[in-house]
Amino acid sequence: MATTTTAKSAASLPAPVPPLAPRRHPSVRRRLSRGGLYALAIAITVFMFLPIYLIVIAAFSPKAAVFAFPKSVIPRQFSTETLSFFLNSTGVIGSIQNSIIVGIATLLLSLVIGIPAGVALARFAFKGRDAFQIIILSTRSVPVVILSIPLAVTFIQWGLYDSLTAVVLAHTALALPTTILVTSSVFVSVPRDLEEAALTLGCSPLGAFRRIALPLSLPGLTAAAIFTFVLSWNEVFAATILTVRHRTLPAQVLSSLNDSPLYYRFVGGFVLVFPSLIFIFFMRRYLLNLWGRVVR
Amino acid sequence: MAGIDIQQLEKTYPGGTRPAVNSVSLSVADNEFMVLLGPSGCGKTTLLRMIAGLEYPERGSILIGGTDVTDLPPRKRGIAMVFQSYAVFPHMTVYDNIAFGLKMQKVEKGAVKTREERAAELLQHGPYLQRYSAQVSGGQRQRVAVARAIVMDPPVLLMDEPLSNLDALLRLDFRSELKKLVQELKTTTIYVTHDQVEALSLGDRIAVMRDGNIVQCGTPTEVYDTPTTEFVGSFIGNPPMNFLRGQLHRENGALHVRIGEHDLPAPLALAEHLTGENVLVGIRAENIAPEAHAVADALPARAEVVEPAGSHLLITALVGEQRVKVTARTDFPVAPDTPLWLVPDSRKFRWFDPETRQEITLK
Repeated sequence: MATTTTAKSAASLPAPVPPLAPRRHPSVRRRLSRGGLYALAIAITVFMFLPIYLIVIAAFSPKAAVFAFPKSVIPRQFSTETLSFFLNSTGVIGSIQNSIIVGIATLLLSLVIGIPAGVALARFAFKGRDAFQIIILSTRSVPVVILSIPLAVTFIQWGLYDSLTAVVLAHTALALPTTILVTSSVFVSVPRDLEEAALTLGCSPLGAFRRIALPLSLPGLTAAAIFTFVLSWNEVFAATILTVRHRTLPAQVLSSLNDSPLYYRFVGGFVLVFPSLIFIFFMRRYLLNLWGRVVR
Repeated sequence: MAGIDIQQLEKTYPGGTRPAVNSVSLSVADNEFMVLLGPSGCGKTTLLRMIAGLEYPERGSILIGGTDVTDLPPRKRGIAMVFQSYAVFPHMTVYDNIAFGLKMQKVEKGAVKTREERAAELLQHGPYLQRYSAQVSGGQRQRVAVARAIVMDPPVLLMDEPLSNLDALLRLDFRSELKKLVQELKTTTIYVTHDQVEALSLGDRIAVMRDGNIVQCGTPTEVYDTPTTEFVGSFIGNPPMNFLRGQLHRENGALHVRIGEHDLPAPLALAEHLTGENVLVGIRAENIAPEAHAVADALPARAEVVEPAGSHLLITALVGEQRVKVTARTDFPVAPDTPLWLVPDSRKFRWFDPETRQEITLK
């Protein structure tokens, strides 16, 4: 009787560690670990979301409210004054357009190269396959800082300097290793049997890929696309070095934001963060799908 | 409808030390149900996949309906295949799965619908047609896989262990259903399995494979009653065939085989085929009658394990040092470590060379 009471009171506490861990009450233990899991998930969410929340609040507050202390959690006043000033300042709208163009072009180019490479790694046993995989990864071990200067020189020689093409090429090179490894793991998770079944049912190899493997790996490919887009959207260094007038948003505003008053920085932060958040929000369903697959 | 003719087919996988399929020849008649039976790694699936066109042989040829298809892709061979994993497309409904092959063949819509409905009726999944494959049970998924193949009306139907992922009860149900279905379809079928019960119950003929070779090919009765090697005898049948070491000796002009310390009659002709005196006697459990008391021509034995199997008892007994499995009626008085006497039916003896493990055929 006494043990039951202890277990019950333990269950009602949010404490994640069951002090007794009694074997006779597996349901109690499960409930506790479930509670612990939720607590952890909430803690992580708060940790990730609090800064974003504060940035959003600050971006939509009047200038004076940004300096106010102590801060109220719920915003009292609403203003888009700073935001519209920021967006109307020279080059910002243009650089947002550049960022979107570069992001989408990078995404497409890296998928066009990455999908066949991923299929090859996933489906075919060829000589040097493992070495190829390691070489792909090792390209990431060279820092962008070191790559940028020779890249800039090369692009000047090719007449590509200060063009969006240059940024797209650099970003594609940065994204490709991950794209290839992600897509290959996605295609590995599509059972070979399914494509073979399609072959016996009248498909050509290409038809089987298009009708079976591609639709089934779409969630994973979407995840790779998100990753690539966000990487390109956030990338500053290569974009700054390779362009002068045709800059992407981070390259355009990041240096000037450093010297701006606090309220501009919040607005800048908001504009930098928000589009990727929207992008991820719409794609998150597919992301979860991918992880479900990989875990299984 | 088409017969299949396989000639000296050979395949070694890259990195493999020995051929997965080693110069195999096999003829399957039109409308015949051929079972490829063997333990895992014997090459049966590889052989099937070569017939399907999913693997290509290094040597040899495959003829389907008289046409050489050795180098043709699967879609041009007139085959349909049922996979062990079902391979039902998860992103399509049951209906779309079954109609997939017909759509690929550009069969017009009305005909797709009628053929689909016929297949759906045969396999009783009318109510599930609009569901996705993840929403139907494993048994239903297997039915979808079969329907998807038979709806094509293929001259040749290939099945790769289609029942091995089902639980025991479903497997039994589906086995008889499958047999009925294939009989109605009148299509040439090649069926791969490692389950000898499935092979015996389904096949018109069984090709028993081992290490990339076909060891014996014959009707279920042939491979069960007259195995040509010790391997076939011990692989087919539950319990497997008993093999007892014995020594031949002549007495008063008659030949006897001594097992343990007891003599049993042996045919005179046997002596011509053996160099030494040693011989292996093969005998099925059902041809050995267990007795609780000593009788004439019986081998004295000691019960080691007694396993009730519902309808009968399975007794593992020791004759001297050699293990023998026999079956007995459930009321047979036996307990572990008690003596019993075994009366083998000497007319059912099969004789094997202890060196080559091959059957000794007597004229």
